[in-house]
Amino acid sequence: MNMYNDTVMDHFMNPRNVGEMEDPDGIGIYGSPTCGDLMQIHLKIEDEVITDAKFKAYGCGSAIASSSMATTIIIGLSVEDALKLTNGEIVDKLEGLPEAKIHCSVLADMAIKKAIFDYAETNNKHYKALEGFDPYEMVQEEHVCICGKDEEK
Amino acid sequence: MEKRNVYLDYSATTPLKDEVLEAMMPYLKEKYGNPSSIYSKGIENKEAIKTSRLQISKLINSEKDEIYFTGSGSESDNWAIFGTASSLRCKHIITSNIEHHAVLNSLEHLESQGYEVTYLKVNEQGLINPDDLEKAIKDDTILVTIMMANNEIGTIQPIKKLARIAHDKGVLFHCDAVQALGNIPIDVNKLGVDMMSFSAHKLYGPKGIGALFIKDGVEIDNLIYGGAQENGKRAGTENVPSIVGFGKASALALSGLTEHIAHCLELRNYFADRLFEDVFDTHVNGTMLDRLPGNLNISFDFIEGEAILMMLDYMGISVSTGSACSSSSGSPSHVLSAIGVPESRTYGTIRFSIGDFTTKEDIDYVIDAIKDITKKLKELSPFK
Repeated sequence: MNMYNDTVMDHFMNPRNVGEMEDPDGIGIYGSPTCGDLMQIHLKIEDEVITDAKFKAYGCGSAIASSSMATTIIIGLSVEDALKLTNGEIVDKLEGLPEAKIHCSVLADMAIKKAIFDYAETNNKHYKALEGFDPYEMVQEEHVCICGKDEEK
Repeated sequence: MEKRNVYLDYSATTPLKDEVLEAMMPYLKEKYGNPSSIYSKGIENKEAIKTSRLQISKLINSEKDEIYFTGSGSESDNWAIFGTASSLRCKHIITSNIEHHAVLNSLEHLESQGYEVTYLKVNEQGLINPDDLEKAIKDDTILVTIMMANNEIGTIQPIKKLARIAHDKGVLFHCDAVQALGNIPIDVNKLGVDMMSFSAHKLYGPKGIGALFIKDGVEIDNLIYGGAQENGKRAGTENVPSIVGFGKASALALSGLTEHIAHCLELRNYFADRLFEDVFDTHVNGTMLDRLPGNLNISFDFIEGEAILMMLDYMGISVSTGSACSSSSGSPSHVLSAIGVPESRTYGTIRFSIGDFTTKEDIDYVIDAIKDITKKLKELSPFK
């Protein structure tokens, strides 16, 4: 018996796409060590397609598994499609997370959005899905710990 | 490395010893009478309770009639606190900021009812300064409640000194000794406590059975009203099999105490030595001196506790964390915060607790596993 299902455990024990890139096209960092989690994503983007993604994560099992799963989903997707990724989809692909852990999957989703935002800024690109997205505003929210809290809304 | 099952969470609960189960079995099967019945089937149960009371009283050097059975250590804490609060009119209680939630949440409820609670701070080793207690006692203080040994960092408080300070000012002293019983010597007379809470499953007894020592002459109100069980102080048909198990576990704890302490200390210190030698970026929380013999609470830098716990679990090793992502409470450990562990480090904290069935081979296996896991998680960690 385990708190996590086999898919989550597989992605946790054998995480895919771990690492960093020498020259990424986009970098996204989300979370805060004072909240017990931090996620970093590096993206390689060619012709509007995400050709590679690497992650590093400090966090609980579900944060690591979600990050791993998220990278496998977005590699090969167009930037526009990757922006459509929600944490709900990550959870579905993982075949579910314990209720108190659902929020940990937000980390991966947000880090990816921040990495694409970074790419868009440096390459002067505009994506409809990023309208109103302000990573600097999120800095404030980073100090609100969400991982492990059970106030699911 | 061949997978091995290693249980290193003896502070959470302990396995039932064979001798304890054997002692309990007849009361789960043929000796099922109600101890309040006055025919033989009842009387043999009443006698069994008496024997258990005597066995427990020997372990803590009390009179047997000063032991009252409860449903858990938490119930004992609740009873001591609410029973004292309702029997006395004044409204000030003193405790520490590293108590178990059975104490802290009971006091929080009393605060909502208009009681005033003073939370004594501990130093970075987790120890209370007796002078602070002396200063905190007021004219309307009714109770001081301080744990003997902390469940997370294992710190052992100077209970004798603290109890004397309370008594000098005429204040009752309750002590939560749930983690201490069976792990260090306890003599309620020498300590001078008025009430003390215990739980059987921390000393190789069954779950669902606790006890409260109430010193002869100390009067507190009931928590549970009903029949005349436990000398009219705690109603409800007695959990005889578990009471018998508690007694047997106490007898075993008493006869094996010196050996138990030596065994836990040796393995705990071996564990710590190997850990610091082989694994970098580790810190001990609390003091190595006034500490439960089997307890080791370690913070790992740059990696998160629940991730460590889950990987250890995958390798057959059971440990616990007090950090946000693993406990359902969602906030970092109040004990680690109280001793000044930086918040970012509290998330990487694991409690290892060693017991009678732990072997040196277990420790070697766990150290090897930790080496692998910390390496793996550090590779994953975005911190440089």
